[in-house]
Amino acid sequence: MSTESIAWPSTAAGSRSFVETLHEWVTTVDHKRLGILYIIYALVFLVIGGIEATVIRIQLIRPHNDFVSPQVFNRLFTMHGTTMIFFVVMPVLFGFANYLIPLMIGARDMAFPRLNAFSFWMTAFGGLFLYFSVVGANGLYGAGNAPDVGWFAYAPLTSQTFSLGHSTDFWTLALLVSGFGSIGTAINIVATVLCMRCPGMTLAKMPLFAWLNLVMAGLVILAVSPLTAAQIMLLVDRYLGGHFFDTQAGGSAVIWMHFFWIFGHPEVYVLVLPAFAFASEIIPVFSRKPIFGYPVMVGATVAIGFISMSVWAHHMFTVGMGAAANTFFVISTMAIAVPTGIKIFNWLATMWGGKIEFKTPMLFCIAFLFQFLIAGLTGVMLGAAPFDWQLGNSYFVVAHFHYVIVGGIMFTLFGAFYYWFPKMSGKMYSETLGKLHFWLFVIGFHLTFDFMHIPGILGMPRRIYTYEPGRGWDTWNLIVTIGVFFQAAGILVFLGNLIWSYFRGELADNDPWDAWTLEWSAHSPPPAYNFALIPTVKSRRPLWDLKHPDDPDWKYE
Amino acid sequence: MQLRGSNQWHFLGSQILVCVCCTAAAFADPASPFSPTNIFAPASTPAKSIFGLSLFVLAVTGAIFLVVFTLLLYSVVKFRKRKNDDGREPPQVYGSNQVELAWTVIPVLIVVALFMATARVIASVQKTARPDNAIEVVAIGHQFWWEYRYPGLGVVTANELHVPVSDDNQSSPTFIKLFSADTDHSFWIPRLAGKTDLIPNHPNSMWIDPHEAGIYLGQCAQYCGTQHAKMLLRVYVQPRADFDRWIQEQRQPATVSAASQGQRIFETTACINCHTVAGTVANGRFGPDLTHLMSRDTIAAGAAKNTPENLRQWILNPDTIKPGSLMPAMQLSGQDLEALTTYLETLR
Ligand code: HEC
Ligand code: HEM
Ligand SMILES: [Cu+2]
Ligand SMILES: [Cu+2]
Repeated sequence: MSTESIAWPSTAAGSRSFVETLHEWVTTVDHKRLGILYIIYALVFLVIGGIEATVIRIQLIRPHNDFVSPQVFNRLFTMHGTTMIFFVVMPVLFGFANYLIPLMIGARDMAFPRLNAFSFWMTAFGGLFLYFSVVGANGLYGAGNAPDVGWFAYAPLTSQTFSLGHSTDFWTLALLVSGFGSIGTAINIVATVLCMRCPGMTLAKMPLFAWLNLVMAGLVILAVSPLTAAQIMLLVDRYLGGHFFDTQAGGSAVIWMHFFWIFGHPEVYVLVLPAFAFASEIIPVFSRKPIFGYPVMVGATVAIGFISMSVWAHHMFTVGMGAAANTFFVISTMAIAVPTGIKIFNWLATMWGGKIEFKTPMLFCIAFLFQFLIAGLTGVMLGAAPFDWQLGNSYFVVAHFHYVIVGGIMFTLFGAFYYWFPKMSGKMYSETLGKLHFWLFVIGFHLTFDFMHIPGILGMPRRIYTYEPGRGWDTWNLIVTIGVFFQAAGILVFLGNLIWSYFRGELADNDPWDAWTLEWSAHSPPPAYNFALIPTVKSRRPLWDLKHPDDPDWKYE
Repeated sequence: MQLRGSNQWHFLGSQILVCVCCTAAAFADPASPFSPTNIFAPASTPAKSIFGLSLFVLAVTGAIFLVVFTLLLYSVVKFRKRKNDDGREPPQVYGSNQVELAWTVIPVLIVVALFMATARVIASVQKTARPDNAIEVVAIGHQFWWEYRYPGLGVVTANELHVPVSDDNQSSPTFIKLFSADTDHSFWIPRLAGKTDLIPNHPNSMWIDPHEAGIYLGQCAQYCGTQHAKMLLRVYVQPRADFDRWIQEQRQPATVSAASQGQRIFETTACINCHTVAGTVANGRFGPDLTHLMSRDTIAAGAAKNTPENLRQWILNPDTIKPGSLMPAMQLSGQDLEALTTYLETLR
């Protein structure tokens, strides 16, 4: 098959009917199209999860508010958490990994294109299934209703006794099904990175993006499996008379916690490593310098991968594990701050002595550095077990992990959207709208999540649908809610920018950022099968070598 | 909560720390800068040990923040691309082993220091043995209220925990065993101690030794179902004599009631399946013990003040006060409701 003859089938071409186009997208096994499907799917759920968050915050804007009932509130935070983790952040990161890894390592597709499509559709089905509970889960009240057990669904709240009807089953099955998709994609990423690199690209010469996603995929395989096992055990409990977590028949609530967090903690690194991957590509290009300390960055990534498997019970400091276990999980948790810190220092050193250009992607990455620093430090506070006895399960924890997930992951993700938009769409985005989005989001983010730490310190637990006046929480909650509207405005500008630029944006050339990795040598957008000729590389920055034949990288690496 | 001499420093400390978190905005709330549930206003040894550790952790993390933030700010300003840029690439630097070594070793040392301080506090709080004079309480979490039993003293009550105050000469700590009757809960009085979960089939314990009399607030800190939000905690710390008197009163069975009409209704409706009134036939255990209901300031785990109107409202339809609570509305006639409330009001 001649690769030149396969052009990007443009939706604007008009030669295909809508049904034909739809058929092409549904049956596609192309890594770029699947990547885009993942991304669009995640954006839809981002809007849904965002609306849920907004309703939650409106309810908490003042004490004794009754915007929604307690039952609805509990469903909202369960759906919000589950949606954001499993159906927004994970798919969108898989989407970028899918789209970019083959391009970056000079491959024509992922290792297993059909597994890739299968995985996407499993994930997609999981999300739809979760939301089908809203109409399909017959519950106590006769009508359908969504799960209300919280995103970590502690036993025995999930047992038949306390969770009547089927809402918990929808939650369980949705995660089970999308979990298969995640494992499929993870296997695919590992295989692709290990086996599909172009000639010359040794492991030590592949972009950090590929390294970080490789470790991420390894963690997915290790972490999602116990979650899947636990979900099956829960189903056995609920329908086959098992007693794993059925405390009334001698089961253990604590075992569920262990199962969940041995998934849950590595999961947070599954989410953050791809964010590191974006930062590790964007910061060098806009500082005009190679990444500082590449081997150390790789080492730190692998170290994080290993250590993150041994810290799960820091989510259980208040469970009464005994002094010895608590002490162990303190040291392992704090240990993970070291490689994480090393990464921050290396990004700083990359900027040091460079010529920093404040394009939208870079702005988001700089804000990421600042926010991730704080998130790591509040993490260390929570890692000091006695401090966690106070802060755990309070709004301080909520602020901590939103600092990581929004301030860290979402920010680099927005950076990634702007950075690779020209490659994916062939159009330039609007820099003005991009900056507007950035500033709205920065303001909103800090209003919401900076001030959210304080009610936690003042004793406000999480997951309460209302609170008493006179505890000193009112003003902070008001500010927190106001911030949400800035963030929502930012998201609207962002979506508007994507849509407007897709149809009206200027044409982008192949390498708008004067960047150095292989995806920028392909067409914008790249044709099916990416490269007519498989490239050969000699260094980590093949395009730098091309642009500076007099001073190539491979002389120094 | 009022300020007392020895506590002023803690309040001051907490004020400064809150400022660290939010600088100027901390002053934007002059109406209630302090909170009855402020973790930085400890009033009992476990909370104080934690507070000491948290100051250390905050100081260390604060210092790290300042250093790294300054570096970030400096590089963003100093190394920004200038207007008159010559268009050439800056010097390409690939790394430096010495620098990497430095910023690996220093964080390792910091982590070791943090770890040792933390391990000490874990041991001091978790390994304290129960002295002989300690009061023992069994706390049982229910959806969505608290049951308290004083084994040995023969007292059973609900939602409002009474403990003696410790003074400088004599500490009289209270050791609390934590059980759950249904789902997970968590016992959290921020000014007295960190939280400990109540988990079915997994008994836990904790201790407090409050140094100041007063009422300490808190609430359930582990999601336990619909009314998790209104599962409030109140701890009454009393001088020893007052505490002993309270115990004496609570040990008594219910006084034989003059309002026999109401008692009959209580004993012939489902009330007795769920509630105990010691000295009568009512011995249900699904809901709070009502023997000394009127000795409590609040009903429904702090959700409402214990006034005749609220009581009536509660019995008529608990959902209006606490939607989703596990007490059913009993569909009583106005007359019966009146008699029943009158009866309950005799349970002092
Ligand atoms: C199905 C069991 C059940 C029945 C029947 C029942 N209650 Fe209750 N009751 C409860 C529960 C559970 C609570 C605690 C509710 C909460 O705080 O969430 C409670 C709380 C109360 C309280 C508040 C106690 C406190 O200190 O907070 C009063 C008073 C009370 N019930 C009176 C009655 C009366 C009078 C009747 C009969 C008309 C009755 N209950 C019938 C289960 C029941
Ligand atoms: C320096 C690194 C970090 C440390 C030391 C740290 C520490 C902790 C600790 C101890 C908790 C438990 C708090 C509690 O529940 O009582 C926690 C919660 C959490 N952290 Fe981190 N963390 C770090 C980084 C991250 C990262 C990178 C992420 C996400 C990508 C993250 C996401 C979360 C989430 C989601 C929770 C809350 C889970 C929940 O209760 O719902 N953290 N963190
Ligand atoms: Cu964790
Ligand atoms: Cu609760």
